[in-house]
Amino acid sequence: MAARILAVWRRNFMVWRKLAAVSLLGNFGDPFLYLLGLGYGLGLYIGKMGGIPYMAFLASGILCSSAMNTATFEGLYSAFTRMNQQHTWEGMMATPLGLADIVAGEILWAATKSLISCAAILIVALLLGGVQTPVTAWLALPVVFLSGLCFAAIALVVCALAPSYDFFIYYFTLLVTPMFLFCGVFYPLAALPHAAQAVAQLLPLTHAVALMRPLLTTLPLHHAWLHLAVLAAYAAVGFVLAVRLASRRLLR
Amino acid sequence: MSGAVVSARGVRKRFDGREVICGVDFDIRPGICFGILGPNGAGKTTLIRMLLGMSPVSGGDYTLFGRPAGDREVRARIGVVPQMDNLDPDFTVRQNLIVYARYFGLLPRQAEPRAEELLSFAELSQRGDSPVSSLSGGMKRRLLIARSLINDPDLVMLDEPTTGLDPQARHLIWQRLRELKRRGKTLVLTTHYMEEAEQLCDELMVLEHGRILARGSPGQLKQAHVEPEVVELRGGISDAGVEELCLGLDIRREHVGDTWFCYGQDARLLVSRCAEVPGLIFVHRPTNLEDVFLRLTGRELRD
Repeated sequence: MAARILAVWRRNFMVWRKLAAVSLLGNFGDPFLYLLGLGYGLGLYIGKMGGIPYMAFLASGILCSSAMNTATFEGLYSAFTRMNQQHTWEGMMATPLGLADIVAGEILWAATKSLISCAAILIVALLLGGVQTPVTAWLALPVVFLSGLCFAAIALVVCALAPSYDFFIYYFTLLVTPMFLFCGVFYPLAALPHAAQAVAQLLPLTHAVALMRPLLTTLPLHHAWLHLAVLAAYAAVGFVLAVRLASRRLLR
Repeated sequence: MSGAVVSARGVRKRFDGREVICGVDFDIRPGICFGILGPNGAGKTTLIRMLLGMSPVSGGDYTLFGRPAGDREVRARIGVVPQMDNLDPDFTVRQNLIVYARYFGLLPRQAEPRAEELLSFAELSQRGDSPVSSLSGGMKRRLLIARSLINDPDLVMLDEPTTGLDPQARHLIWQRLRELKRRGKTLVLTTHYMEEAEQLCDELMVLEHGRILARGSPGQLKQAHVEPEVVELRGGISDAGVEELCLGLDIRREHVGDTWFCYGQDARLLVSRCAEVPGLIFVHRPTNLEDVFLRLTGRELRD
């Protein structure tokens, strides 16, 4: 099965490689501007947040939200194009590949893309002073990858359900944007009312941020296993659900 | 039948409570070209998709190389030319073959020589580095055929392989398919074109509304369902006029729009009578599969 999943992964990698420069610029440009604009600009007025310099607070958050965005875009728009427009999946299904292999390959690829773009952002964060503890900072990468798997799996579920590209707007407005704003990327979760905090605890980005921030800053790490488990559970359940929904859609 | 590549016994398919394949039985012997004919919506593509595992079988026994339809190991032994172009637009012609080979577990060093060979087989050697988007419809279809052969399959399934192509492109594809048959491949072909079926198929079945209407070789089908000759009459002739022309002859007549089709064992006498009617346009020809097909499935439009 590993070889079959890698065949799907490799196909997407080969396409990416052709336009790697453009793709990297996109993945990397937005977060870079956030760090520069908010980290420096807002940081100047805020000074510290949660006991650490705002640039460091923000950098760990942006790293997670970038992992989310990169995997989400790949799992929605790109995967949908391959599933519904180009019929790439159908071509694959006429070979020994099955839908589970294809969905797994897509998720793995989207997580790889998160990893690539976040590695670049991590370097920028390091240069801009957003990393307080360079010794543990490399651990950010496995966290990014796990987050990538988690958000890609959820995106594949949405992709398998979507009648058209327009459908993705619901997912962005109802989940991605709220996560971006309320899961601790820009300010500590404690700033939210209790009810909102409880809801945020159910969302995967909260756990990605909670895991990531202590790795890049001097803040202490709590409940690491819980955060890992939540991200892994979203990835696993998302994968199973995405395969089931894609089967219902494509194997008629 | 033992030794059959494909065997169907009471195969059924239901979509949303509607039965689209209603218990069909057939066998496909190795090394032949087997044609599945039928009007739009007859169930041709569904039969192929079920065989590939892309559509679950609702009932009956459907086997490929003795294993259940859709089996993963079996998919490694077949090649598929889909009706719809699903080539990878992000890759060149050659890359399409190499990348597809990987889905069968073939590494580039195994796939590369094979890809070159297939490009030449498909007469695409000059276009190996072209993007797929620059290919004509006929070239794309040839590339799809080349791609379907990358795993050296024993069975190749072609779903309307020449629909929408110009005559040159179509004839080239026919030559290539005959070449595959000479190499011992089994071909399963769906088509709307009776000429194509007549050119390529050793055995045929005519499908309608999910049922098999007739089967046999093109010759057998013609013999069983239509007379050997037909005269088509056009040009302001009345029913009575046609009646008079056929008087005393053993002719079966069909009236469609402005044309009369007069079928018979020997139409020479009818032809000589027609020649004496001024203004009458008539064509005398041997019957073909199209006559069989229209006889079996009727002449109303299928939308």
